[in-house]
Amino acid sequence: MAATEQLVYERPHSLSETPNTYCPGCTHGVAHHLIAEVLDELNLRERTIGVAPVGCSVFAYNYFNMDFAEAAHGRAPAMATGIKRLQPDRIVFTYQGDGDLASIGMGEIVHAAGRGELITVIFINNTNYGMTGGQMAPTTLPGQKTTSSPYGRDVETAGFPIHVAELLATLEGAAYVVRRSLHDPKNIRLAKKAVRTAFEAQVRGLGFSMVELLSTCPTNWGLTPLEALKWLEQNMLPAYPLGDYKVAPALADARA
Amino acid sequence: MARELLKGNEAMAEAAIRVGLEAYFGYPITPQTEILEWMARRMPELGRVFVQAESELGAVNMVYGAACTGARVMSSSSSPGVSLMMEGLSYIAGTELPVVLIDIMRGGPGLGNIAPSQGDYNQMVHGGGHGDYHPIVLAPATVQEAVDLTVLAFDLAEKYRNLVFVVADGNVGQIMEPAELPAMREVKRASPEWALTGTAGREKRFLSSIYIDPVYEEVTNKRLQERWLEIQKNEVRFREYYLEDADLVVVGFGTAGRIALSAVRSARAEGIRAGLLRPVALSPYPYAAIEELAKRAKAFLVVEMNAGQMLEDVQRAVAGRVPVDFYGRMGGMVPFPDEILDEIRRVAREPRAQADPRVNWLKRLEKVLPH
Repeated sequence: MAATEQLVYERPHSLSETPNTYCPGCTHGVAHHLIAEVLDELNLRERTIGVAPVGCSVFAYNYFNMDFAEAAHGRAPAMATGIKRLQPDRIVFTYQGDGDLASIGMGEIVHAAGRGELITVIFINNTNYGMTGGQMAPTTLPGQKTTSSPYGRDVETAGFPIHVAELLATLEGAAYVVRRSLHDPKNIRLAKKAVRTAFEAQVRGLGFSMVELLSTCPTNWGLTPLEALKWLEQNMLPAYPLGDYKVAPALADARA
Repeated sequence: MARELLKGNEAMAEAAIRVGLEAYFGYPITPQTEILEWMARRMPELGRVFVQAESELGAVNMVYGAACTGARVMSSSSSPGVSLMMEGLSYIAGTELPVVLIDIMRGGPGLGNIAPSQGDYNQMVHGGGHGDYHPIVLAPATVQEAVDLTVLAFDLAEKYRNLVFVVADGNVGQIMEPAELPAMREVKRASPEWALTGTAGREKRFLSSIYIDPVYEEVTNKRLQERWLEIQKNEVRFREYYLEDADLVVVGFGTAGRIALSAVRSARAEGIRAGLLRPVALSPYPYAAIEELAKRAKAFLVVEMNAGQMLEDVQRAVAGRVPVDFYGRMGGMVPFPDEILDEIRRVAREPRAQADPRVNWLKRLEKVLPH
């Protein structure tokens, strides 16, 4: 009897074969995989252009196997706007962290969403600036210690966390705005569905789409990868509720 | 094409459209807003891209992205807005993309005012953004020249994959005078081998100003510098008036140069052998032409609508051979021809070598300012 082989998994063609520079246990790699798998499944790789941010994922252009531009800090949504407006038949996405998107780039992201720009944004919320060594971000939790909030984020002086998904969901230009988490396999599967729906929103021309992904930063949090996943679950989920904040009615069939 | 009565800002906008502009991204700011408004009306009716950005930061980064597709793109702004764009302009320079920016300069520093000025000279010519890069800078003095230089700007930007600034004072933007526009050309999307268009049938491409390994950043810088040498060789532009026998060379660009020309003509009528060199490209600068003139002239007078920013380039070219004097108005003030004529008479009468001609200029200025 001849042995039969069944292919159960292969490396997504949308990922290049470059080893990444992310820290062990960091969830950037998972997020990259989800995007790559979705672009493969939707057969979009050859007409997709990515825009990388400034931050840990500054080298995302090395890890994805497609055309990429590298934006200035926070400006990826503006750059993506320029690329998309000139090539409306291409798929354009940005990949941004919380310092990039929710701090220095707040103007660009809000207005890209407000204009209903036909781009997809993958937003990594890990409550700190990873690349520069773990400073306080707009998403840092009250009381959370970082290198620039060494006594814990004091809301009296440093204000409160910004809830990006909730904020952008108020804008009429947004077609799909959700928050998911990457802390366990079930949530990773749900996150992938959301990433897929976000790209489908763009393909169908429904408006701006964003998936906020709660992510870990074991190195800067000073935790092991497993502890970091647990910390996310215990501290971030209550502060950043998972959910669908804006889903255009036309996406009802694709809804994750 | 016939000559029409055109406003500088609108003429530049229409000129860009006629030579195939595919996308415009901008933000309102006086005295350049008519460019934005003209684009808002014309680009959609031609099926082209117009976006009013949320800020000049947004605008310049939309231009950055749009330029990555190989399309002919531009923005426009005025001094404070251009300051805000400097981050993006440095990135565009580092990514070696062809981009055109029109700066209609206004009085500064700071919020300043909306009157004509040339206070952006150093920012536009000698840098502005971080790192080693050189934009090509063109400075029109009339509406016709504004049209012609806007057309040239796109050709130069694409030829060298370089930033090109058309730098005009508010006067050139706001004035109306007869000018001829170029014929309407068909839009042709270039597909250069670097454009981000999707990977169908080819390897992936990447556009960025990041070279994390300094060795490769240095290689890129070397390429930029070599390109700049090439540009310096090919793209020096200036206009000469009455210079054949001039003892006194007046140097001025844009509106200051144009007003100085009136003063030079009056001086000639009085028997003073004055002439004018008007740089049309501020970058690359006509150093060699000025150096040649310095070998036969007796003195120079630099006239600007700023505190002597170009003066330093003239001094560099003259290199102490003959005295270089200066007259400028600042903060949105425009000199009258008579003021410049008085300066020409003074310098012709008694050329003075001065370590810094601005010391005495500020004293003379005292007399014309309100108290």
